[in-house]
Amino acid sequence: MTLLNYLLGRRKKTATVAKERLQIILAREHADRDGPDYLPDLKKDILEVVAKYVTIDMDRIQVNLDKNGDIDILELNIILPDKQPEQQKVAVHS
Amino acid sequence: MAKIIVVTSGKGGVGKTTTSASFATGLAKRGHKTVVIDFDVGLRNLDLIMGCERRVVYDFVNVIQGEASLVQALIKDKRVDTLNILPASQTRDKDALTQAGVERVLNELRETHDYIICDSPAGIETGAIMALYYADEAIVVTNPEVSSVRDSDRILGILQAKSKRALEGADPIKEHLLITRYDPTRVHHGEMLSIEDITDLLGISLIGVIPESQSVLQASNSGIPVVLDDKSDSGLAYQDVVARFLGEDRQMRFVEMEKKGFLKRLFGT
Repeated sequence: MTLLNYLLGRRKKTATVAKERLQIILAREHADRDGPDYLPDLKKDILEVVAKYVTIDMDRIQVNLDKNGDIDILELNIILPDKQPEQQKVAVHS
Repeated sequence: MAKIIVVTSGKGGVGKTTTSASFATGLAKRGHKTVVIDFDVGLRNLDLIMGCERRVVYDFVNVIQGEASLVQALIKDKRVDTLNILPASQTRDKDALTQAGVERVLNELRETHDYIICDSPAGIETGAIMALYYADEAIVVTNPEVSSVRDSDRILGILQAKSKRALEGADPIKEHLLITRYDPTRVHHGEMLSIEDITDLLGISLIGVIPESQSVLQASNSGIPVVLDDKSDSGLAYQDVVARFLGEDRQMRFVEMEKKGFLKRLFGT
């Protein structure tokens, strides 16, 4: 069907785009809302510690809180600059 | 025991005041003693929509500060005699609303009314929090548009976390979704979020759908709540909302695209 739409040059309806975008953003905002109160401060502190040792671009940091069964996983993705282009992953289990 | 209902949305311009005016008027017309309070301190507008702007002498803030009694500040509606309006102050700022003051006024109103409708200001600051804090039920007004849906979701989170009922662990506020400015033709063409899309996203029960209609502007121009206009789709849709709120079973109207006949197609509406 998607291929057919593509071949016929049909665009996705904007209402569908709106719904998909909202589903993603609301899920993310719910995760923030339902997360522990200390999470924003914790994120900030960890980032400050990292910034003490390496110069990092704040745009190249991703912080996610996931739930895996009973375990909360705080995942930090920090892309280090220049000589170490590969991603370094720090995972904190609580 | 009087019920407190907040009309809220987060986003501005979606129809909170229009809804508050029509919902309160509709309840009062059914014989229920109703008062509608404007919580938008500094940006009073409910008085204009209700058509009583020239009768405002004292306001909500005057009563809170003890400068006037509730009886002096309440404006009795000229069309429906079971309806009172409590206007907001136009000159003070939103910090003039104190929690203790709001509670005292609401408690006094409870003794003489069946329903207290709180018209919330836009945003999530003091005025909006005060308007929802004591609510038993909430009408969340949402337009079929991304920013309005997101803000409604945000305000639902606040109802569930910062209201008195939430903080005291009482039964949660009963939440109702009201979709306004709905255009079935645009939904049909995939240009507008549908009722199902919005209820899926927000996950609360639907109390009504108000179609996009010219009569809403005409009603506000004249200071007559649109619910009193029996010839308008929007007016009838608001009457349905009131009926559903009171427990009646009413089918949603004006939610399907109007099929145009040959002549209508040719000559327009």
